[in-house]
Amino acid sequence: MGILEVKGVNKRFGGLQALGDVNLSVAEQTCHAIIGPNGAGKSTLLNCLVGKLIPDSGSVMFDGQSVLGRKPHEINQMGISRVFQTPEIFADLTVLENVLIPCFAKRDGAFRMHAIESVDQEPEIKAQAEHILEDVRMLEKSAMLASALSRGDKRRLEMAMCLVQQPRLLLLDEPTAGMARADTNNTIDLLKEIRDKRGLTMCIIEHDMHVVFSLAERITVLAQGSPLVEDTPENIRGNPKVREAYLGEAQV
Amino acid sequence: MLGLTRKDFQLLLIVIGLTMFAPFLLNPFPETSALAQFNAGYPDLLQRFVIFSIFAIGFNILFGLTGYLSFGHAAFIGIGSYAGVWMMKLLTMNIIPAILVSILVAALVSLIIGYVSLRRSGIYFSILTLAFAQMCYALAYSVLTPITGGETGLQLRLNDPRILGESVTEAGNIPVPHLFGLETRDSLELALGNWVFTFNAGYYIAAVAMILAFYLAIRLFRSPFGIMLRAVKSNQQRMSYTGLNPKPYTLAAFVISGMYAGLAGGLMVAMDPLAGAERMLWTASGEVVLMTILGGAGTLIGPVLGAGVIKYFESIFSTINRTVLEGWFAFLPDGLENVVISMIYPFVGKGWHLTLGIMFMLVVIFLPGGLVEGGQRLGRLFRRRGKRDAAEGDPVKPAE
Amino acid sequence: MDAIILQILNGLDKGSAYALIALGLTLIFGTLGVVNFAHGALFMLGSFCAVTLNRILNLSHEVAVPGETDFLGNPLMREVPYVYEWFGEATGAAIIDWSVPLAILLAIPVMGFIGLAMERGLIKHFYKRPHADQILVTFGLAIVLQEIIKYFYGANPIPTPAPEAFRGSFDFGLLLGFDANTILYPYWRLVYFGFTVFIVAAVFAFLQFTTFGMVVRAGMADRETVGILGINIDRRFTIVFAIAAIVAGLAGVMYTPIISPNYNMGMNFLVLSFVVVVVGGMGSLPGAVLAGFVLGILESFASMPQVLDLLPGLNQIVIYLVAIIILLTRPRGLMGRKGVMEE
Repeated sequence: MGILEVKGVNKRFGGLQALGDVNLSVAEQTCHAIIGPNGAGKSTLLNCLVGKLIPDSGSVMFDGQSVLGRKPHEINQMGISRVFQTPEIFADLTVLENVLIPCFAKRDGAFRMHAIESVDQEPEIKAQAEHILEDVRMLEKSAMLASALSRGDKRRLEMAMCLVQQPRLLLLDEPTAGMARADTNNTIDLLKEIRDKRGLTMCIIEHDMHVVFSLAERITVLAQGSPLVEDTPENIRGNPKVREAYLGEAQV
Repeated sequence: MLGLTRKDFQLLLIVIGLTMFAPFLLNPFPETSALAQFNAGYPDLLQRFVIFSIFAIGFNILFGLTGYLSFGHAAFIGIGSYAGVWMMKLLTMNIIPAILVSILVAALVSLIIGYVSLRRSGIYFSILTLAFAQMCYALAYSVLTPITGGETGLQLRLNDPRILGESVTEAGNIPVPHLFGLETRDSLELALGNWVFTFNAGYYIAAVAMILAFYLAIRLFRSPFGIMLRAVKSNQQRMSYTGLNPKPYTLAAFVISGMYAGLAGGLMVAMDPLAGAERMLWTASGEVVLMTILGGAGTLIGPVLGAGVIKYFESIFSTINRTVLEGWFAFLPDGLENVVISMIYPFVGKGWHLTLGIMFMLVVIFLPGGLVEGGQRLGRLFRRRGKRDAAEGDPVKPAE
Repeated sequence: MDAIILQILNGLDKGSAYALIALGLTLIFGTLGVVNFAHGALFMLGSFCAVTLNRILNLSHEVAVPGETDFLGNPLMREVPYVYEWFGEATGAAIIDWSVPLAILLAIPVMGFIGLAMERGLIKHFYKRPHADQILVTFGLAIVLQEIIKYFYGANPIPTPAPEAFRGSFDFGLLLGFDANTILYPYWRLVYFGFTVFIVAAVFAFLQFTTFGMVVRAGMADRETVGILGINIDRRFTIVFAIAAIVAGLAGVMYTPIISPNYNMGMNFLVLSFVVVVVGGMGSLPGAVLAGFVLGILESFASMPQVLDLLPGLNQIVIYLVAIIILLTRPRGLMGRKGVMEE
């Protein structure tokens, strides 16, 4: 029984069947990759997991509880964090403040009014935030405005914001898209380090096979909204069906 | 100090200093000089400075931090005023219950209006708040006349019960608002040479309230709650994917700013115990937006500056009439004098709103960050110039 | 029954004004993406075009009346408008009488020019700024415009009559088989309604049947794509803004006989027109027209004595109430399109 169980999820947009009978099981403390050609429904699936979309049918269970019908912030509090394809950060705030927010969210829940306390009087929270910034090697940039960061740094910041919450499941939507090779490798190392250090469960959508094969323990291949195969990386590599669906598209 | 950082504490001290010595500072011109009309140290205007500062500080908590532009905040000042006057009619002329009830009633109404309006954002939110404020205004003028006094406004009467106080003074007059016996209209006049300084009790009561409101605003800005409000403005999507529900945060900000407006309304009636519906008109809501923008939305001191500048210009500009202008430009040859006067005249006196509108546009176009940003830009310019001077100065020195 | 028909008719003229202002507002919003708080001021400026023309036509000078003397024996002087001299007394009088409809000819170029100047000089720079900034700068502009008018025309309403021929009332009661004088409706309001229908039809036809209109409609649907297609959308935006200004101006011109214009009439209409636009659905032209009439008629029903006995003050708040309910239940408004200004 995995920590995340997706069963028979369907989602239609008008006439388009975006997801058809998707089943997915992510075991605890593993990295599960979802790959597939463009338009295969990977992002739609992710959106269904975090409450941005509600599937037409099927069930999504996280740690034995259904996430369907819950608001995004409630799902996050169950322990699911998400890194977006284009970094979603608080652009008008400093890097440190960006990380402080999830720290407070973790401590206070969805809403608690601390209108009189000062942020500076929360040494634990601050230490926690600085610690994670050190982990992603951004501590020296903590006073910068987030909007002034480079693309790679924004991504790292977003990852730090997700990690500081100590999620039980981290969803990553193409975490290395548009990155240079060196940056990609850094990100891979970072994710590996975090996985080993914290025993994190990850679910990753990725186009870059290099990333997928360096991280994933299991891979699900989606094609046209339905899962094609689910297997270990070694077996996926040689699977002819995957080649057809994937490489066939890649050659076009 | 007081839970503030050094810098914030200094800012607070400056504000305290300015408000406490305002009757001196704003009266720089001797009574007998021609410039005396530029003095702003008289009680009525000073009271308006601090009361509108409170209003703008509160508005800034909503608009400056969360970015939700309310176009109906004047409703809360009006509602606060009505509540205050009613306390004076029913209970006592002591201003404490009046002000407390003003804040409370404004909080309640802003909770209802905010709960409904905040279900939409952006322009829809602006229009919803505008619609609510206009509704309050229309109702105050028509159906609610028994409560609001309709067109004449709500006034104190001799036959009001005032169960904790007296309906009528011994001299047969309506009693005046007071703080445990200290009447808000009491003033102490101090004549020093050609200067006359007026220290008004009401002003100092309002000033203390303003300092308190300002202090709370600083604390709020620097608190986790303040960061959350800025997060609302910055990225609501990320906020909810971080496990935070933006709605209660915005609603709390809305209610807090409504309470600030209620406090301002309560203080208004504490200074002058009457309330009218025109306080709720949407142009009044527009005015507080202008104050906040002009000073600098999202900054601490901005709203105070904005309120001060606008209320000062309002009172100064609107008192300048043709005779005053003729007095100023008498030194010019006749023809030129008439030309100059006719060029300035549309902008002063009754034309003050024209100046206000132009100011409004100029600020939005050229200085979206308001006076605070303008000041920062100037500061940076000087610093850079200073550096350049130093850099250029260096090679010269050895030559000497 | 007759009372209901009367209320519907009474709602038509206000509804017409709402519809015309809202039409321009939503046209600007849909194409340019700008929230124009100065649109009410454009309506007001239109009204003052009519006032101005009326004043110009009434310009007169003193002329001696031949053959008559006053009691001192001097020639009798009389004020004679110039138009009497130029066109003869009968034609001249007719021209003055018809000054409001004639003002349309004046208002089209004037309002068109004001619209152009506004868009090129100010609005253009605010396309990329946040909506809050757009609201604020146009709000400032509205104040400036109305203060200028106040400076030149004073603060009091200036009555400007409709042509003599339209001053009476039309008896709808007789037409529909009720008693005489039960449903009286002033001719001018009928004219106003007809005029509104004409303008609305003209705007829709323009957008529907010309290539220009096609581009504008495409722009309303998807501004960025149209820009990418290499169509010079900027110039068209300017023209759209001018058209919206003209529509608002004409609505104002023709409204002068119904309400004597004063400098802040625009603000009152603006707030309500915004509500109309929101109720109709931001960016939806048919929605704006429909909502304009619906709200106008609702307001008129709410001011019936029978209703007011039941719910006093309803006439003052009905429009806002409807707007609040619509915004909460149907955030896109009656006919709003998906994707326009959501969230």
